[in-house]
Amino acid sequence: MSEENKREAGRQETSPAAEQQEPAAPEQREPANTQEVAGAEPAGAGAEHPNQPQPDTMPEHPDASASDKPAEPAAPSAADANADAPAAPAEAGGDAAPAGAGEGAGAGAGAGAVDPEREAKIKAVQEARAARLAAKAAAEAGGDASAGAGAGAGAVDPEREAKIKAAQEARAARLAAKAAAEGGGDAPAEPKPPSPKQPWLDEAVELLKSEVHPEAVEEAAINELSDDMPTITVKAGHWRAAAELLKSHEKLGCNYLRNVTGVDYETHMEVVYFVINLETKREYAIKIRTDRDQPSVPSAVPVWLSADWPEREIYDLLGIDFPGHPDLRRIMMPDDWVGHPLRKDYVPLDPEV
Amino acid sequence: MIRTEELLLNVGPQHPSTHGVLRIVVKLDGEVITEATPVIGYLHRGTEKLAESLNYTQIIPYTDRMDYVSAMTNNYVLVHAVEKMMGIEVPERAEFLRLIVMELQRVASHLVWWGTYLLDLGALSPFLFAFKEREMIIDLFNELCGARLTYNYMRVGGVKWDAPPGWIDKVRDFIPHMEKQLKEYERLVSGNEIFLARVRGIGKYDAETAIAYGLSGANLRCTGVKWDLRKNEPYSLYDRFEFDVPVGTNGDCYDRYMIRFEEMRQSLRILKQAVEQFPSSGETMGKVPRAIRPPAGETYVRIESPRGEIGCHIVSKGKAEPYRLKFRRPSFMNLQILPKLLVGETMTNLIAILGGVDIVLGEVDC
Repeated sequence: MSEENKREAGRQETSPAAEQQEPAAPEQREPANTQEVAGAEPAGAGAEHPNQPQPDTMPEHPDASASDKPAEPAAPSAADANADAPAAPAEAGGDAAPAGAGEGAGAGAGAGAVDPEREAKIKAVQEARAARLAAKAAAEAGGDASAGAGAGAGAVDPEREAKIKAAQEARAARLAAKAAAEGGGDAPAEPKPPSPKQPWLDEAVELLKSEVHPEAVEEAAINELSDDMPTITVKAGHWRAAAELLKSHEKLGCNYLRNVTGVDYETHMEVVYFVINLETKREYAIKIRTDRDQPSVPSAVPVWLSADWPEREIYDLLGIDFPGHPDLRRIMMPDDWVGHPLRKDYVPLDPEV
Repeated sequence: MIRTEELLLNVGPQHPSTHGVLRIVVKLDGEVITEATPVIGYLHRGTEKLAESLNYTQIIPYTDRMDYVSAMTNNYVLVHAVEKMMGIEVPERAEFLRLIVMELQRVASHLVWWGTYLLDLGALSPFLFAFKEREMIIDLFNELCGARLTYNYMRVGGVKWDAPPGWIDKVRDFIPHMEKQLKEYERLVSGNEIFLARVRGIGKYDAETAIAYGLSGANLRCTGVKWDLRKNEPYSLYDRFEFDVPVGTNGDCYDRYMIRFEEMRQSLRILKQAVEQFPSSGETMGKVPRAIRPPAGETYVRIESPRGEIGCHIVSKGKAEPYRLKFRRPSFMNLQILPKLLVGETMTNLIAILGGVDIVLGEVDC
């Protein structure tokens, strides 16, 4: 059984590299694979099953996670997609939703006893439709709206305004009808006060720039979705020095590493370190971006011992190298496993497993 | 003169004292451990990978199976993270129910720990005591959501089931009973000479080490660091209730024992207040859009599970499924310190130290 595994493993070894060039030249891969397998094994055995699972997964490749999906959960999620459909218009702009609702509204009007919300909705739909038609006519006549702005500014703008207004009314009607959508509608209107954690962010960025390197910080922002977490993207080359600074600078003193996450963004890889100072509760999320083909982030273990296993886990599941790590080997998967399961381009060798 | 040889010994993966499928490769010089390497992954089910193809409601049952001794807190960390991203308000009654089940769960979880820890140390009867009381909590959960261990109880925006009539009264009646039992447990075990000899001064470390190794929960507090997320970064309704955070001074197994013991009392104290303030009526589900699609972005949410800080890091691309879901599991982080604690100890102390860390392998491996 172990022989079989090794052979299978040997075959899979070729797949991550092969997949990356997949969209460009799928045929090229096949000989390359066969060769490598043949090198590791008797040619007969290798030729028998190169790339067997790949033809299935190939067409779906851009959505690797979908192809990984086991058969069982597929059904509920498909059902869910259906359930989602009625809600989808709420996310789309003002145009799509009233168009769908319009037919229903027409029928409702015929019934006689119409509530005011419904009436408002119908009105908004009609206005939106009129505005859309007008805009379309304008576009046909004088190209797109922005191009026509110079010549026929007077003609285009009122139409646009009407359209926006209609969309707003439609939205208002929808909101009244469906209170659930309330939060999403109002949010963008009010100006946001600066986050109370903004000074933490500014201070850290300032220190990183002055003490580590002027170019050490790639990006810095407050993450509102995460309790205003100050989030700093640090260049991989400056990460070790930045980590030292974060831990030992008297103003920062983030001595506790609470979590490390690795993310495969398909365009690049990212490792996020969540650090906190247990006394002042000052906390940061530090991101380090890395190339996807040769992912490598300097290890934080020399600074925070607790990064040890999390980094091993990320290495195991995402294939990110951590130079400077004292004992970088697989932790979850078996030692002879090939491939890194959490990568978005991961294709399981044997779909049965 | 006695000559000793180095001996390589596998403890586990199937061994009752490893509390699951944990393997520790120990090098022994006589009775003394010279090196210990934990080997994990035997229970790795790829929860994080599976989650990428499931919608958020479908992921909830998977969280039950991580720390299966404390499934309610796992449920909470996931739904709380989604609620935070989407800005969903949870009705008060639902939040009360969540808090009550989480605190009951803490007591149940510590009871399992208490019973099995003493079983590790050779005392059989505490296990029977602990499981009797734990069974009462499990029955309460069973009545509430129809499951004894994997509850799948919480939902984004609320809870799946309202409390059945009379349920809150049963919780109310349980509290004094449990308080009485805790006193009995204490008389039975806490002062026992043999027990003290096995845990006092064993597996000692200081606050600096605990922080460096990223320990949390009782493993961190036993060194005197007062860090409990229910107090330090309040979530749910914890800021409404009075309770203390017990801390130790020596950082040994005995302190960890005493902290968990005291935490059960504090949980009962919270429960007592929560049951009194429990709203007599109200919704159990908030206003949640039909499609749960957190906006594009990410969040890291953490709460205090019985084992420490459990965190949930969601990276969303605005879809119904998470783009990446990462759980920070306290058992996984806490176990890292084991090799350091074991060097120079005897084999018998290995059991005491490992038990004192309080791991659940379903959570270590995820």
